[in-house]
Amino acid sequence: MKLLKSLLNQRTRSRTVTFALVIAAYIGVTVFKASGNMTRMVSSLLVPVCCYIVAAIGLNLNVGFSGELNLGQAGFMSVGGFTAAIVNGLTLSMIPNDIIRLILCIIAGAIMAGFVGWLISIPVLKLEGDYLAIVTLAFGQIIMSLLNNLYVGVDKAGVHFAFMTNTLSLQEGGKMIVSGPMGVTGNTMISSFTAGFVLILVSLFIVFNLMYSKEGRAIQACRDNKIAAETVGIRVSSTKTLAFVLSSALGGAAGALYMMNYSSVAATKFDFNTSILILVYVVLGGLGNMTGTVIATTVLVMLPEMLRFLSSYRMLVYAIVLIVMMIITNNEKVLSATESFRRKMKKKGA
Amino acid sequence: MENREKVLEVRGLGIDFGGLTAVNDLDLDIYQGEIYGLIGPNGAGKTTVFNMLTKVYQPSRGTIRLCGQDMAKLNPVTANIAGVARTFQNIRLFNKLTVLDNVKTGMHNSISYGKLAAVLRLPSYYKAEKEADEKAMELLTILGLDQYADTEAGNLPYGAQRRLEIARALATNPKLLLLDEPAAGMNPQETEELMAMIRKVRDYFKISVLLIEHDMKLVMGICERITVLNFGQLLAQGLPAEIQSNKEVIKAYIGE
Repeated sequence: MKLLKSLLNQRTRSRTVTFALVIAAYIGVTVFKASGNMTRMVSSLLVPVCCYIVAAIGLNLNVGFSGELNLGQAGFMSVGGFTAAIVNGLTLSMIPNDIIRLILCIIAGAIMAGFVGWLISIPVLKLEGDYLAIVTLAFGQIIMSLLNNLYVGVDKAGVHFAFMTNTLSLQEGGKMIVSGPMGVTGNTMISSFTAGFVLILVSLFIVFNLMYSKEGRAIQACRDNKIAAETVGIRVSSTKTLAFVLSSALGGAAGALYMMNYSSVAATKFDFNTSILILVYVVLGGLGNMTGTVIATTVLVMLPEMLRFLSSYRMLVYAIVLIVMMIITNNEKVLSATESFRRKMKKKGA
Repeated sequence: MENREKVLEVRGLGIDFGGLTAVNDLDLDIYQGEIYGLIGPNGAGKTTVFNMLTKVYQPSRGTIRLCGQDMAKLNPVTANIAGVARTFQNIRLFNKLTVLDNVKTGMHNSISYGKLAAVLRLPSYYKAEKEADEKAMELLTILGLDQYADTEAGNLPYGAQRRLEIARALATNPKLLLLDEPAAGMNPQETEELMAMIRKVRDYFKISVLLIEHDMKLVMGICERITVLNFGQLLAQGLPAEIQSNKEVIKAYIGE
């Protein structure tokens, strides 16, 4: 019984630490903001940081737990973002309450991205390793090109879609929501730091609870050994699909939150570089390590802006930080040192 | 023997890979509670038989019946649910999961809560997880792995990894347990312990065991009956004493 108890404790510990960290950061930032000492630059980064954290949590589910390298997370963000903008445009007059509309937008973005993720997963999960990565990369590019040529407008007669050329002839009082290469225009900015904070908590809650359940074990089992997973009765393809769909849905929710923070966003914002950036946050935070992902994302989104005073040396310092983080998180000596430290702490605790 | 229930009935089993016939015309009967040995020189097709019984390979010919149920339409997942569990010659554990979680993956289909119950942490989740924890700890205790419950499976010593594979297979509630060279890489004392453990597991879980092994001391020591394969063909079948004195078998192993 005692052994069982200690196991349960260990299982919930990393969860408690992560939640405590996020909540403490939220309180700290809110107090700091209220004191009036926060620069505009930092406060304008708060929502994007939350978005990238959620997208990275989703990607870590796929890359860290499911073991599938996905280079198209930004594609799912854009699906979620554009869906959110359209839903917002449609419901603007019906639902005056910003918070309810924001929730609706995020849920719609997550569902749409999850659905697209499910469609993509049918061909993609038949592939492995490099091939899978290449297809997800291509998916990201395709989504970007498609959205770059999409025109959506709304008027009294309802919502209108056009592709390639703007053939929408909206009635009097009609409004463009998506205008091709310009992307989403005239969006209402209803995202807030609090909304981002809540979204992070919800994502962490979903991912942690799922990972410490039979589905989570199955997802990790399929990553470690597909053949063995099958012979203990785990359906590999449906298990991998679950991870992929949930990962893309979280990407979509992040994209929705991001979109609703700006009045206009072009599809090219969610390009290959964004996908790679999110992957960098995940890898440097540690595969399968949610606490690490949250910290790494926060640091690496903030850092380039914080270093602006270094002007052209900025990216140089950024690169050095990346390399140092890589060494620290992957160096055997450092890892074994932290491991023995953890064990010592455990002994003291027991 | 015949008054016991037949767990496995194999008739005319064969498989071709292109033009190569890897296994041909194999008959095999395993009864309830029996420990059965499958032996033969390297490349005889023993592991291929295991792969057909677990439906990793689809047989080209013949029938497999598990407790009377035809296995023709099953795949590896449904074959496991039907009651066949196995270990692997080259150990295949979930290395990044803890020992306890490895065993609990074996209970995937007997843990009943849904995804929503897991995410929302409904009472059904806690109840099922607690039961699974207790059952997994019981299995680990039987196989002498309880002190490792918290360790990552990839960090276990070799012998313990082999036992963990058995524990994970047993967690799926099998009727028939297939062990692919369970004593490979073990010293004589470890092999001795393994033999006692296989018997204990058979009695405790009331299952039948089919094992591939090169260690003749183990095979002759615990198997009630033995089948010898050579170049995919059935060479001999019978009691250990009969096999040991069979001239064909000696010829296949040692040469003329």
